[in-house]
Amino acid sequence: MELSRQTNMKHAKGGYGTMLKKDFIRHKYLYLMIAPIIVYYIIFHYLPMVGNIMAFQDFSFMKGIFGSKWIGLKHFKDFLSSPYRDRVIRNTVLLNILGIIFVFPAPVILAMLLNEVKHNYYKRTIQTISYMPYFISTVVISGMIMNFTSQDGFITYIVKFITGYQGSLNLLAKPEWFRSIYVISDIWQFVGFDSIIYISAISGINPELYEAATIDGAGRWKQAIHVTLAGIAPTIIMLLILRLGSLMNVGFEKVFLLYNPAIYETSDVIATYVYRQGLEAGQYSYSTAVGLFNSVINFLFLLTANMISRRTTEISLF
Amino acid sequence: MVTKKSAGEIVFDVFNHVFMVFLCFIFIYPIMYCLFASFSDPNQLARHAGPLFKPLGFSLQAYQSIFKDPSLVRSILNTVFYVVAGTSLNLLMTSLAAYVLSRKGFYWKKAIMFMIVFTMYFGGGLIPFYVVVRMIGLNNSPLALIIPSAVSAFNIIIMRTYFMTIPDSMEESAKLDGANDFIVLFRIMLPLAMPVVAVMIIYYGVGHWNSWFDAMIFLLKKPEWRPLQLTLRNLLLMNSATRMSTNTDPTKSAQAARLIQYALIIVTIAPILAIYPFMQRHFIKGVMIGSIKE
Repeated sequence: MELSRQTNMKHAKGGYGTMLKKDFIRHKYLYLMIAPIIVYYIIFHYLPMVGNIMAFQDFSFMKGIFGSKWIGLKHFKDFLSSPYRDRVIRNTVLLNILGIIFVFPAPVILAMLLNEVKHNYYKRTIQTISYMPYFISTVVISGMIMNFTSQDGFITYIVKFITGYQGSLNLLAKPEWFRSIYVISDIWQFVGFDSIIYISAISGINPELYEAATIDGAGRWKQAIHVTLAGIAPTIIMLLILRLGSLMNVGFEKVFLLYNPAIYETSDVIATYVYRQGLEAGQYSYSTAVGLFNSVINFLFLLTANMISRRTTEISLF
Repeated sequence: MVTKKSAGEIVFDVFNHVFMVFLCFIFIYPIMYCLFASFSDPNQLARHAGPLFKPLGFSLQAYQSIFKDPSLVRSILNTVFYVVAGTSLNLLMTSLAAYVLSRKGFYWKKAIMFMIVFTMYFGGGLIPFYVVVRMIGLNNSPLALIIPSAVSAFNIIIMRTYFMTIPDSMEESAKLDGANDFIVLFRIMLPLAMPVVAVMIIYYGVGHWNSWFDAMIFLLKKPEWRPLQLTLRNLLLMNSATRMSTNTDPTKSAQAARLIQYALIIVTIAPILAIYPFMQRHFIKGVMIGSIKE
């Protein structure tokens, strides 16, 4: 690519403008093809980014972005002094931390255990079954969870059996159960599909490394740690950076579908709060401010995680 | 190479096999439960607590009520429309972007690539997005479920990576024969890229089939255009399934609604579960192409 750009430059004797003109003439069809993509990204991605200036206004649909009154940081101050501030930030961060501790390592472990299964047909069958939950929609998963954890659901039955609890119990009406339900169902849905990337990374490990390890007297356990795990470490780190970079993002849909006012204490996250304040209560500017606060902090997390990783392991996204 | 297994290894292998079988059971059981429950007799099911290993009695009334419900049938048809129209637009836009961004010597390539990738890490947020879609007049139109999700950055990257593996000589010889870029893309590149086209159809198609949130916020005044998943949300999670039951006794009606919910779950996941094992080769390929770092 570099080479071809240099040739481009050489042809462009009349300076920058002439070069652009030549590029346009030479690639006129490419310009035509990419135009709808540019228009799409401007309208549906960059316009909303610019639209965040609403957060500093008292926006109403009647007056529009240009007619609404500017009120500076009022909405941010309102959020930071709101009684909901701690609740939504705590729930958002906690669900993510629990996700990183329990959901993130699960596919790594599954991939490594599958790697120890030596019969190929058997292995492929297990894999196929493990992908299945990934294809079920969030609505249906949530519907299943709601039925299973209701008063006469079979999960409630098992919970009662284990804890010895008598009487009527609806798990989704108890704040203390929400996080477990969220995290466990996430593992169930994503562990299989997320393991694909690790399985393919394992299959890319040079088999000679295993032979060399065997000659050095390493058993299967040591090979699993020093060859397999070491071999997929770069993939794990890459995905961990990405994961850490969304420490303030929660799978909004599942929370939204499962939560109810009785358990807001543990389930209301920033995204659901933004939805309620914005689209249900019509406080567009205030909820935009809360959302912007969220995405800026999130983006800073991503930059930090990326920088730390680049310095310590030389692996980075950008 | 045959090596003798140590006692520890044998114990591990046994444990691993048992664990894998147990895992498969965990993955499958919730679906089996819904299947058994949906065919059960509503009275017997209501009296039962705990796991099910076969239908309790037998009844088809839940399935009969489902297919008699006109709004559910309509929303299934709507979803078929969204999947077909949406995925077609997705494919067109993704191929155009991937083709242009995989050409050599196009001056704006890097800048456009940055513009697209940046949106993967930083977004405008829900409310400004909603305001923009409303301001351009897509509110209460079925197009609101198609145009705002016309293309995904991640899929552009996958397709572009694949296009870059197709030798330049294909394009060059076609251009010598007088073909323009549109002909090169649609007559030469796409037929050569069928494996990645399959990946795209699966990713976008499943996405449209499962989507509901945009419909919830943009189709408030157009319930007749609701997709299946939004109707399902009302039936499964907002407890409106009782309306499908013809029974006038509230207890009986609630029991029937329970059954209808299980039957709905089975009916909606059945098509995807029937085809996904045959598509897995493709989506595995998608994950692998997507994970190649440039």
